[in-house]
Amino acid sequence: MENREFFYRRLHSLLGVVPIGLFLVQHLIINHFAVYGPESFNKAAHFMESLPFRYALELFVIFLPILFHAVLGVYIVFVAKNNVKRYGFFRNWMFFLQRITGIITLVFIVWHVWQTRVQIGLGNEELDFSLMESILASPAMFWFYVIGVVSTTFHFANGLWSFLVSWGITVTPRSQKIATYATLIVFLAVTYIGIRALFAFV
Amino acid sequence: MAEEKITLIITRQDSPESDSYQETFKVNYRKNMNIISALMEIQKNPVNANGENRPPVTWESNCLEEVCGACSMVINGEPRQACSTLVDKLEQPITIEPMSTFPVVRDLVIDRSRMFDSLKKVKAWIPIDGTYDLGPGPRMPEKKRQWAYELSKCMTCGVCLEACPNVNSKSDFIGPAPLSQVRLFNAHPTGEMHKSDRLNALMEDGGISGCGNSQNCVQVCPKGIPLTTSIAALNRDTNLQSFKNFFGSDNNY
Repeated sequence: MENREFFYRRLHSLLGVVPIGLFLVQHLIINHFAVYGPESFNKAAHFMESLPFRYALELFVIFLPILFHAVLGVYIVFVAKNNVKRYGFFRNWMFFLQRITGIITLVFIVWHVWQTRVQIGLGNEELDFSLMESILASPAMFWFYVIGVVSTTFHFANGLWSFLVSWGITVTPRSQKIATYATLIVFLAVTYIGIRALFAFV
Repeated sequence: MAEEKITLIITRQDSPESDSYQETFKVNYRKNMNIISALMEIQKNPVNANGENRPPVTWESNCLEEVCGACSMVINGEPRQACSTLVDKLEQPITIEPMSTFPVVRDLVIDRSRMFDSLKKVKAWIPIDGTYDLGPGPRMPEKKRQWAYELSKCMTCGVCLEACPNVNSKSDFIGPAPLSQVRLFNAHPTGEMHKSDRLNALMEDGGISGCGNSQNCVQVCPKGIPLTTSIAALNRDTNLQSFKNFFGSDNNY
């Protein structure tokens, strides 16, 4: 397919924020109910589980966008020739970390979906507080989840910055600098929500 | 009295196909030397540090005042122009390599054809010829001319392509320099008449979407051209153009 690259790359950028980014924030906020106790978490999780059109929502809001983003993302990682050693500028490091966290996040998501959504789908597990409690009881798994969540939130926040550039919203150096600080705040806030929820399960 | 010497470690290559190798030269120091004058010393007396007679090191240079872009090479790890790189400001020994993004012709001579081809691809010129006298073009505000002048300083030297992590043998990304030229020619009142042609060229494979925002280009540009601002502005323009192309528009020309 000739000259589809522009469209695919813009779609990749858009999907990272809408719907994947929105889903991520929603997911972490629902997880945060665990902070208020198992019952509170179970109530929120069961509400999400019983949403109407659940399979369509999962397919079109979560699985397909992430699949597309992941496949093109791995290709983007592959065609870059990272050079932070020679050019140690801040944005070059962000460029490098965006690719590193992309791969970590992909590994994490595949594992996480296998361990939770797939097992629930197969009827091996029930969606409730105790599922996560048993997974996170293992210290290795807990730290894997911490790294996975931080990697995901970094990828989201820094991706939000590039989204603003790719869509021509932040053009000038000053606006891009302000966006750097704004997305840093997004990173800290979303990471706090995600990590605090993880600690609630142990 | 022994003369003061400077040491140059040069990455050489005998032909486009052959392997590269490093060779050390010691040349007599003079005050206010630049890299070109050091290379000229080797040319005068092509004897390497081991005392062997060698074919002189070849390089490319023209203007010797950092406006032609021909003498770009990687000096002490930094891509820059050899003419404006002063020996007194460098750490010894001085390492000199050809820019790795471009095919090496011989020693430090590289082939920058891809950049000139890119300029043709994006129509980086202003068409003023017609079958009849087109008359004077629209006027350009003086302030805008001053702004555009900064963009026009690009000398196609290739330093931004060398620093860009997305310009390499695995990718066909056009690179920052030709992108910024599109902004220059689209900003010109007459050049603007062909704006969509240039934007559509940037939306082809290997075009603007290959940018990954590492922003190395703007850091290394010897002329201080706001390359990343140009790219972001063109992101906006190409997105708009793509919507016009897809949905149709009452002013898509």
